[in-house]
Amino acid sequence: MLALFLRDIRLNIRAGGGALTGVIFFLAVIATIPFGVGPDLKLLARIGPAILWIGALLSCLLGLDRLFQADREDGSLDLLVLGNDRHMLALTVLVKCLAHWAGSVLPLVIAAPLLGLFMNMEPLSIGATALTLLIGTPAITFIGAAGAAVAVALPRGGLLISVLVLPLTIPVLIFGVSASYGATANPDPFLQPFLILAALTLFLSVLGPVSAALALRHGTD
Amino acid sequence: MRLIAENLGGERGGDRVFSGIGFALEDGQALVVTGPNGSGKSTLLRVIAGLLPVAEGSMKIDGVMKIEDGGEAFPSIASACHYLGHQNAMKPALSMAENLRFWRDFNGDGQLGVEEALETVGLVGIGHLPFGYLSTGQRRRAAIAKLLVSYRPLWLLDEPTAGLDKASEGRFAGLMTRHCEGGGMIVAATHLPLGIEGMELRMGETD
Repeated sequence: MLALFLRDIRLNIRAGGGALTGVIFFLAVIATIPFGVGPDLKLLARIGPAILWIGALLSCLLGLDRLFQADREDGSLDLLVLGNDRHMLALTVLVKCLAHWAGSVLPLVIAAPLLGLFMNMEPLSIGATALTLLIGTPAITFIGAAGAAVAVALPRGGLLISVLVLPLTIPVLIFGVSASYGATANPDPFLQPFLILAALTLFLSVLGPVSAALALRHGTD
Repeated sequence: MRLIAENLGGERGGDRVFSGIGFALEDGQALVVTGPNGSGKSTLLRVIAGLLPVAEGSMKIDGVMKIEDGGEAFPSIASACHYLGHQNAMKPALSMAENLRFWRDFNGDGQLGVEEALETVGLVGIGHLPFGYLSTGQRRRAAIAKLLVSYRPLWLLDEPTAGLDKASEGRFAGLMTRHCEGGGMIVAATHLPLGIEGMELRMGETD
């Protein structure tokens, strides 16, 4: 299992892996917002956490279509499915998700504080947003895995995955953003939405891989 | 261990591709599946592996394979087989040795290490090259080395010699013979003579 994790990380980093695509897209989204919204620093600081979250969410969806498709194209997916008795397929999917998260999504979380400066956010707000992204983005990857598994046989499945997955990620977005706001806006609570966000991630870390494994098992042809 | 198929039928996209296939394979035996294009050879292999559902009849494995050192049991056909399909299941961006090391870690250790396996298929000294740089025949040989780095009693081979030259074909025939002599089983779908002793199953005959 560790071997699978390391292999996927390595593939992500090497040429054509697309680890940086998400970060550059994230940067592009965040950098254009001030131009669209205008130079109102107060307004930017206020919408900052929400914009960071939306940008990170969209960047997460970007690389998801390759999660299983690359393995399907070269025949590895068949062997991963056949290995079910040795390594339960849902566990294999979970490891692939974690590798995908560490390779493609973690850079977004690391880039988020820097991009927060573009939005004139205060340090506490930046910290809270980065923390909620760190806890919340795995949930997006897990939901995305289920979408990617359903669309694995479609050659241009990327858009379909985004359409399938986006509505399901709304709760994650809501609690992520409200926890980020809770850290700075005084009457709003931080801990409650943050804990719900953590619970969502844990819940989806089971549901996502299990449903993705089911889809992959029945999707072989 | 016995691999038994009774009145087996397979479907692809809702169409029945073949039906009424039956065979029984014992330890050390090989089954060579031949037939024209579209007669269902690949589908048969995928049905045996469990990648496609059995449309009719039954497919089962009898007895537990005994290995001297560990006594590892294979509860299902999927866990007892190596499936070598049309694709090689190797990543072009990783080197050959990295690919093989991954499959060895994932599938469990076999009798041969990565270096010995590469040597056996005649790819000495180029294990560090990215898989994507290799020629078709070399890729196939690397995929064959994958069969050697982890042990499975049953080999399901789909056109295993596609792209191989004469010398490699001969070497591969030797590997298959050795696998059978060691108590393994082989089901191979092919157009070309493989150079191994075995039963023949002709598919797609209208009778």
